[in-house]
Amino acid sequence: MAETAAKVQPVMQPPAFTNPWSEGWRSFRSNKMAMAGLFIILFFIGAAIAAPLITTFDYKEQDLMGRLQAPGGTHWFGTDDLGRDIFTRIMYGARISLWVGFSSVMGSILIGTLLGIAAGYYGRWADMLISRGFDILLAFPGILLAIAIVAALGPSLQNALLAIAVVNVPVFGRLVRAKVLSLKNEEYITAARALGMKNGRIILHHILPNCLGPVIVQGTLGVATAIIEAAALGFLGLGAQPPEPEWGKMLSDSRQFIATAPWTVIFPGLSIMLTVLGFNLMGDGLRDVLDPKLKN
Amino acid sequence: MAVPLMTIQNLQTHFVTDKGRIPAVDGIDLHVRKGEIVGIVGESGCGKSVTSLSIMGLLPKPAGTIAGGHIYFKGEDLAVCKEKRMQALRGDEISMIFQEPMTSLNPLMTIGEQISETLRVHRRKSRKEAWRDSIAMLQKVGISRAEGIVREYPHQLSGGMRQRVMIAIALCCEPELLIADEPTTALDVTIQAQILDLMKKLNEETGTAILMITHDLGVVAEMCHRVVVMYAGKIVEEGSVKDIFHKPRHPYTRGLIRSIPRMDSDGGRLYSIPGNVPLPGTITEGCRFAPRCEHAFDRCMRELPELLEQETGHRCRCWLQT
Repeated sequence: MAETAAKVQPVMQPPAFTNPWSEGWRSFRSNKMAMAGLFIILFFIGAAIAAPLITTFDYKEQDLMGRLQAPGGTHWFGTDDLGRDIFTRIMYGARISLWVGFSSVMGSILIGTLLGIAAGYYGRWADMLISRGFDILLAFPGILLAIAIVAALGPSLQNALLAIAVVNVPVFGRLVRAKVLSLKNEEYITAARALGMKNGRIILHHILPNCLGPVIVQGTLGVATAIIEAAALGFLGLGAQPPEPEWGKMLSDSRQFIATAPWTVIFPGLSIMLTVLGFNLMGDGLRDVLDPKLKN
Repeated sequence: MAVPLMTIQNLQTHFVTDKGRIPAVDGIDLHVRKGEIVGIVGESGCGKSVTSLSIMGLLPKPAGTIAGGHIYFKGEDLAVCKEKRMQALRGDEISMIFQEPMTSLNPLMTIGEQISETLRVHRRKSRKEAWRDSIAMLQKVGISRAEGIVREYPHQLSGGMRQRVMIAIALCCEPELLIADEPTTALDVTIQAQILDLMKKLNEETGTAILMITHDLGVVAEMCHRVVVMYAGKIVEEGSVKDIFHKPRHPYTRGLIRSIPRMDSDGGRLYSIPGNVPLPGTITEGCRFAPRCEHAFDRCMRELPELLEQETGHRCRCWLQT
């Protein structure tokens, strides 16, 4: 009876179902500021990738005869104190900043999420241990801790990246822990347990995906912070080493020419500001989409 | 008589709090036979839900512990069962549905994925098979557009639909016992009736025994074969639905029944039992209901009556009945 009934049923067009991600994209798209942020980021990513195609100069090629040239037809952004093309250096610098931003945040997310889930889900001594660890890390001002780590490991871009990742681990760890604690009391987690799911499966299929929203938001904002921190470390001479065209390093190398050749300082500074702005705008937009409770 | 599917003996579940150990369930005996629908009734805070969580091994840790007693399910004592074994039983042989269909489904997984997951965990079915069975299961719980629904997300469904989905998930591995913790409380009345009908139908078709936890005597009257009335962590009366509704013996049961609004009432004020359930941990001696009982006398305040068999299958814990 039931079988025939099922057969007789007309073939229905599947309903226009939407999944949470495509719905999120729709609401993100309508947020002008967030889209502006996304475009800024895409612009810099494009510049970083296409750098060799856009410019014919080499970022470390010096031209001591053409030092501190003002912006013009050949050198769009002028040249620095060693006669290197600033436009070229900015574009190659985008590679460094974005790389440091993304990879250090990925590292922080990976380790922070792992520790956060362990602390939040298993609780007790694991929570005690991990949370106190976070507290200790957070007790230091971020940049100071990063300086200490770089000082201990030796100044290089790799170590700066590592230091920034370590500094940001507790940010994500705490976020995930708090989210897991609230998720643990959700009925669908109890329901999953009532259906005989193992802890591993519950974490992977039910806890982790539901933590992702705030992590993505914080991650985007975290890239901005990481870029600033990398620039700061570069400025202090603890990050990228010459001749790497790192923006913070460019700033510090040129700061004595700020009065005579302001373009040497303005363009790297502007680049830092714009990328950070881009990530912050996008992060805020994502928050509106993924964390609607925080809206307004 | 055949051995019951599940027998609870002298179950004691305690919660450890700052104020010491609180006995939420204090020595209950209960059995559920194959294919039977048993109702546990009582006010909020009388230990109904704690009983169900004890059976499932889902007590909030580390506060809740089974301090004593046994829960025999098909000869196996769940009270001392290893977590691994419980995981294998849960969702497979014992299932549970919850009060809140709105929050009992993972918002980020499609309906099909959630039913499939259970099937894949317990039945080791392939993705394709599980998906097909999910659709069949949805049709079984009366969802007409099953092929479409499997691909939808929980937020696209109404409360009644979600509860149907929950039932589909709970029953997809054909469990022998289904624990339903206030399955209709969060639904509106018409949907309530549909869901209850569905559960009753599935009980008749599949022979799954149901332990129905509710505070709604109307639900009990409609669904259950046997009823257990709980008060402050203890069973005060137990009997067939007919006995409980027609010949209630315990003053608490009588009070509950009198508090049901009736079609033929004269429109006067609805009866309510005076007072509140004693806070767990504040109970000292005597009958637990005595402070609220209109028939209480000296002995009720001093001594706790036993749960005694009055007639076949009708037990009551009251000095008036001895």
